[in-house]
Amino acid sequence: MHSAADNMFFFLPRLWLIPLLPAFGAVIMFFFGRSLSKRAVNAVCVGAVVLAFVAALGVVRDYNLYTEPKLGFGGPGTPYQKVLYTWLGSGDGHLNFTKRDGTLAQINVDAGFLLDPLSSIWLLFVTGVGMLIHIYSTGYMAHEGGYYRFFGYLNLFMFSMLTLILANNYMLLFVGWEGVGLCSYLLIGFYFHRKSASTAANKAFIVNRIGDAGFILGSLTLVWYLGSFRFIDINTLARSGHFAIGDPVLTAAALLLFVGACGKSAQLPLYVWLPDAMEGPTPVSALIHAATMVTAGVYMVARSNAVFVLAPKAMLVVAIVGATTAVFAASIGLVQNDIKRVLAYSTVSQLGYMFLALGVGAFAAGVFHVFTHAFFKALLFLGSGSVIHAMSGEQDMRNMGDLRKRIPITHWTMLIATLAIAGIFPFAGFFSKDEILWQTWSSEGGAYRILWFVGYGTALMTSFYMFRLMYLTFYSPSRMTHEAEHHVHESPKSMTVPLVILAICSIGAGWLSWPHSLGGSAHFEKFLEPVFAREAVVLQEEGKSAQLAAGEKEVEHTDKWEYILMALSLGAAGLGFGMARDAYRKAGKDYAEPIAVKAPPLYRLLYNKWFVDEGYDYVFTGRRKIGKIRFGAMGAGEAASWFDTKIIDGVVNDVGWATRAVSTLSTWWDKWIIDGIGVNGPAILARMLSYPARLFEWGLVQWYALVMVAGLVGFAFYYVWK
Amino acid sequence: MVPITTLHYLVVAAALFVLGVIGVLTRRNVVIVLMSIELILNAVNLNLVAFSHMWGNLHGQLFAIFVTVDAAAEAAVGLGILIAFFRNKETINVDEIDLLKW
Repeated sequence: MHSAADNMFFFLPRLWLIPLLPAFGAVIMFFFGRSLSKRAVNAVCVGAVVLAFVAALGVVRDYNLYTEPKLGFGGPGTPYQKVLYTWLGSGDGHLNFTKRDGTLAQINVDAGFLLDPLSSIWLLFVTGVGMLIHIYSTGYMAHEGGYYRFFGYLNLFMFSMLTLILANNYMLLFVGWEGVGLCSYLLIGFYFHRKSASTAANKAFIVNRIGDAGFILGSLTLVWYLGSFRFIDINTLARSGHFAIGDPVLTAAALLLFVGACGKSAQLPLYVWLPDAMEGPTPVSALIHAATMVTAGVYMVARSNAVFVLAPKAMLVVAIVGATTAVFAASIGLVQNDIKRVLAYSTVSQLGYMFLALGVGAFAAGVFHVFTHAFFKALLFLGSGSVIHAMSGEQDMRNMGDLRKRIPITHWTMLIATLAIAGIFPFAGFFSKDEILWQTWSSEGGAYRILWFVGYGTALMTSFYMFRLMYLTFYSPSRMTHEAEHHVHESPKSMTVPLVILAICSIGAGWLSWPHSLGGSAHFEKFLEPVFAREAVVLQEEGKSAQLAAGEKEVEHTDKWEYILMALSLGAAGLGFGMARDAYRKAGKDYAEPIAVKAPPLYRLLYNKWFVDEGYDYVFTGRRKIGKIRFGAMGAGEAASWFDTKIIDGVVNDVGWATRAVSTLSTWWDKWIIDGIGVNGPAILARMLSYPARLFEWGLVQWYALVMVAGLVGFAFYYVWK
Repeated sequence: MVPITTLHYLVVAAALFVLGVIGVLTRRNVVIVLMSIELILNAVNLNLVAFSHMWGNLHGQLFAIFVTVDAAAEAAVGLGILIAFFRNKETINVDEIDLLKW
């Protein structure tokens, strides 16, 4: 596929090199990392990601030129594909599979890369945030062992994530999908000598495996039904009008894909791995478990939007799961004491928002939230890493307080991120979250109003737990131990500079989609429109316009409700701030949680995370017994063990017993009949018969001589006599 | 004076032979038994020499020399066995040498 565009642009046809840059770094670390100095590791790994970022900028710039209508490659949003070679399949029609309708289709999976507005956005923030976090890590990990290993894994992650984003088909996306899962596993278990870390890594990997099964089943269902692996072909087919809305196969495929998204993006009921993933180093939490990898599920669903739109039931499931996850995780975040755990639950909750947006058909709003969230959540995690760094490893907020003046840069940047996530105007989170809530509200049907209310409640909780975190960490009186207080210090430049850059993004990122209602032009959504635009058309045709037509609605008029909802959101954020301020402003050494005072049972429930892990232990892992019975994996294991020892081994033992009985009989037969009669019998007979002969054997030489003489005399007489 | 004929030799040899046989059969000391065997062999030698004389050729003489050699070898082997046996059993009583039973 060598096109005119390939000659015209420098970066665009070299798109496939972007993932290979960090892969190169990872390979160097793998083979030579041990013998390299830290400076060399920095040069290779950070350098690779910086180059990737620069290349990404170049590629996206080229892409914007490419979509200029006057160049004739197609209007805005025309995807650019670069196919390197056929990865799976022969390409000559020899490898075919039967589609659902009985016709043959060719297996043809490209090592191909796709750039469209959706992947551009991911490409930019993954390389951008990834680069900042790499730089931050050079400071954060400076005193840790396994420096080169850490950066090797990070680079490998960047490679996988970029492959995931840039793939042009489901199978190559799956390669990246598994790659990021592997890197997540490796990095959660980075401190592998700590039991809890290796357990958390296993948990993440195993829970993700459930999602992966859903993903692969879903994507293969699509391939089986539609006959192509490529996103472009699948989207074109799904939009062709041949398929009815609510097509059962497409609904099933969408739901299966969503299971995959639930695993990777930590949605109910598969979210349990993400909070435990905080065992990894903090930059990892920021990069993988907040900004990039966990949004892969959102990306995949957004990428499959044409299919999801044809499955309204699946969309409803996505929306409900998203909203439920959002409020559920936020409620747990209200009372956690570990600074990183609060942020982990916050991440789960924000991911819930994104899925809520996708579920109501507001794909662009969901993607926008991914984009803004990447900045402020990465900033929050990196800030918390800076706090932990300052506190010499302490993560419990109960032992912090009054850090505002001691680590000012960390404080200011984290404050900005908090304002952003809480949805305060004009920080980034305000625009994206408000857009999601507005789209949910304006969707048709009573159910969506309930979802809006859930999302609104979540916004209140978000504001509360974030300001709780800020107050407990920075503003309340110091609760630090004397020794920790002595060591508090601001982080080095390599850590604070990324914080500042991310803080600027956390303020400004939202402005890219300044809504029409506030006199803006929503650039971001316009940019994404070609990827999702057809959806609105399809839905309108089928009379379900309300779900998706919101984007157009904005153009037509601005509802007064939009302003009311904005005010309500700001009110919720302010209310959360006020409540947190009241509760924690003066939190001394023995402060009490307001929820614990007012409703102790609720506090216990939230503090123990709704006992979900325990529930899973009872039902799925079987680490705990219900009564005397064990369920779940270990229960199955025990049952299998019982079956093995009692039934299989029982049969084996019975066969053994029978063999032994037969052999006993055989022994008896051999001993008494064969040996006794057949072998010993003749011997005994011979012995008995030979008995008289034995009588002649005295053993005395002289007797023998006498007999000889007697014989001689006998012969002599005989011959003489004769 | 009665000339000494072959018969005389044969009678003497027979007497010697009987003496030897009686010695072999009745004495319990192995050394004596071996000595008695020498007597028997010498009785045979006497016969051979007598017949040699009677026929006037040297075949019998030659044979007698062979027998003498044989007797010497037999005595050497027999005494060797005897010493070996004595070392084990500290006896040379023929009655106690009865290992050749079934």
